[in-house]
Amino acid sequence: MVNENLVKDVVKEPYKYGFVTDIETEKIAKGLNEDIIRLISQKKEEPKYLLDFRLKAFKKWQNMDEPDWAGLGYKQIDYQDIIYYSAPKQKEKISSLDEVDPKLLETFDKLGIPLTEQKKLTNVAVDAVFDSVSIATTFREELAEHGVIFCSISEAVKNHSDLIEKYLGTVVPASDNYFAALNSAVFSDGSFVYIPKGVTCPMDLSSYFRINSGDSGQFERTLIIAEESSSVSYLEGCTAPMFDTNTLHAAVVELIALDDASIKYSTVQNWYAGDEEGVGGIFNFVTKRGKCLGKRSKISWSQVETGSSITWKYPSCLLLGEESIGEFYSVALTNNLQQADTGTKMIHIGPKTKSTIVSKGISAGNSINSYRGLVKMGTKAAGSRNYSQCDSMLIGDQASANTFPYIKSQQPNSEIEHEASTCRISEDQLFYLQSRGIEFEEAVSMMVSGFCRDVFNQLPMEFAAEADKLLALKLEGSVG
Amino acid sequence: MQSKMKESDPILEVENLFASTDNLPILKGVSLSVYPGEIHAIMGRNGCGKSTLSKIIAGHPSYNITSGDIKFSGENINSLEPEERSQSGIFLGFQYPIEIPGVSNLEFLRVSTNARRKFLKKEELDTFDFEELVKEKLELVKMDHAFLSRSVNQGFSGGEKKRNEILQMALLEPKIAILDETDSGLDIDALRIVASGIKKISNAQTGIILITHYQRLLDEIEPNYVHVMADGQIIKTGGSDLALELEKKGYEWTDNFVKET
Repeated sequence: MVNENLVKDVVKEPYKYGFVTDIETEKIAKGLNEDIIRLISQKKEEPKYLLDFRLKAFKKWQNMDEPDWAGLGYKQIDYQDIIYYSAPKQKEKISSLDEVDPKLLETFDKLGIPLTEQKKLTNVAVDAVFDSVSIATTFREELAEHGVIFCSISEAVKNHSDLIEKYLGTVVPASDNYFAALNSAVFSDGSFVYIPKGVTCPMDLSSYFRINSGDSGQFERTLIIAEESSSVSYLEGCTAPMFDTNTLHAAVVELIALDDASIKYSTVQNWYAGDEEGVGGIFNFVTKRGKCLGKRSKISWSQVETGSSITWKYPSCLLLGEESIGEFYSVALTNNLQQADTGTKMIHIGPKTKSTIVSKGISAGNSINSYRGLVKMGTKAAGSRNYSQCDSMLIGDQASANTFPYIKSQQPNSEIEHEASTCRISEDQLFYLQSRGIEFEEAVSMMVSGFCRDVFNQLPMEFAAEADKLLALKLEGSVG
Repeated sequence: MQSKMKESDPILEVENLFASTDNLPILKGVSLSVYPGEIHAIMGRNGCGKSTLSKIIAGHPSYNITSGDIKFSGENINSLEPEERSQSGIFLGFQYPIEIPGVSNLEFLRVSTNARRKFLKKEELDTFDFEELVKEKLELVKMDHAFLSRSVNQGFSGGEKKRNEILQMALLEPKIAILDETDSGLDIDALRIVASGIKKISNAQTGIILITHYQRLLDEIEPNYVHVMADGQIIKTGGSDLALELEKKGYEWTDNFVKET
């Protein structure tokens, strides 16, 4: 049918972040072995406990198998053909933004992340990560006045070693899974956030991850600690240039919330997704987990996943503290030959814990979009509740959507509720909107944003607008 | 049958239109002209092609025009997109208005109204100005403001859906409105509300085509012309008395008509 083709055109996505920054980089040789790990650790001037952490993780990784339970189809990753450390060359120590290579600032400007003055207007502090290193973190002084620490994890290792030693790997142990073990062995940079007791972070914090080089992987590690009665909203954005090879991205994010603390973690993931034939694109294997350690603590994940040729991520919550709350709000859009296997794990350990899952998957083209989630009620989780809602939307007739909800309950006095639905954008709906003067593209994007509204409502204001635009952009095509 | 002595040009001219879907011919030579201020009724059995005719005029992609022309304000619109037809002033009131979950009715109405206003080179309305306009139009169809915050047609009763269609017509101020069985599924009160809404919206510059099975809508809105369709053709055209006669004698009466040329 005519319209079927139109839909295909419309979901064709122009990727606007596909440029490469021509900058001199310092790269180490390809390959992975103990020497490489020692070299990374040495470059970062790390204390011994961290090198030991890395080496232990590497040993574990060597004895692990790449997981295949998600049934994703991709070319075998050659872990010896990856560069594990790549950094733009710049002066040894940078004391202010003025000393950052203008090319890097320009890159982030082009990505819509101005690191200089403009950002002040929007009241968001940014940590910009380029390949393996953090190049700048804004608003540090302002944040420091409130006792908030926001810096790259490399700096935190140097300046706040006690916190790193105490918390690193306590939420996602090195042996947790194959990709977490790999990350633990080779992680290069990432963000570190510490919110002291009783402090509400005065501005949103944000990290922007940029993969620039084609042959190096990105292995960042983020650690956020919210002390008693503190709160923070953290945003994360990601883009990468277009290469016809696949780049591995294996990140680990750990969140810790103590009594009455609250962490809101929002992601807009727009890594390069590969072309229409599925050539190139980022392999995105990410382990994100939050620990609600304290009573009445709350961790809320929201994510808009539109990029990557493969997405494998399950931002999860360990609900230990009594009456702690976990939330997961997700929109995953796949097109062409993209594969997304994403969802969450809500592990109810403490009593009267609550979790909410709202997942919206949109699949277009020949893509595969799966929700995979686990809700577990432990023996001590009396009076706990979960509500899950998983909706899928299909565009065209070649895409597929799956829902795999796993439920395990060892506590009779708990409630688990699960709702799921699948819909397709019908020709009649499109015709109805068109017959009211609404252009085809806008009609599709209106329906898609309508479908995602429950999740968009959870995103911070600025991000919600960006997410809406991003989806519209993804659905922009050559119609008319 | 139609007078050739009209003072103005026709709004809509359908000329010997043949159309099919999935290679199945549905329209087999339909001709029809609507002039400003005229109300036409098209009647006929289920499956005679009335609804198809309305969808084809609105540009539904499932139908192919195999020959013939549709002209709107003198221009051939055979190849225009549905949205272009709407923006230029063609309105189709759906027999079964479509539900669009998640899209708010208010936002839908606003985007739609602005698309038409943009075409007319009128200023587009922001949320506040649009609220004012829509309030006024809600009166016409006696709809509650609460309808605006719901998703488009979702969970609306049959009557509410039809009133929402007339609300859209009121906002878009079309040059020609084709109302496909707008009266079906309405109780007497709702029918009166819808009919009076249609009458208030239409004026000497607009044309209306009412597609219906029943006389009762035509009691409320008296047509200038009544066309009877059968097997993809208009087989008889007359004045409003034709509908009355049809009501009395049933469609069997028309079975033996030879197509008028």
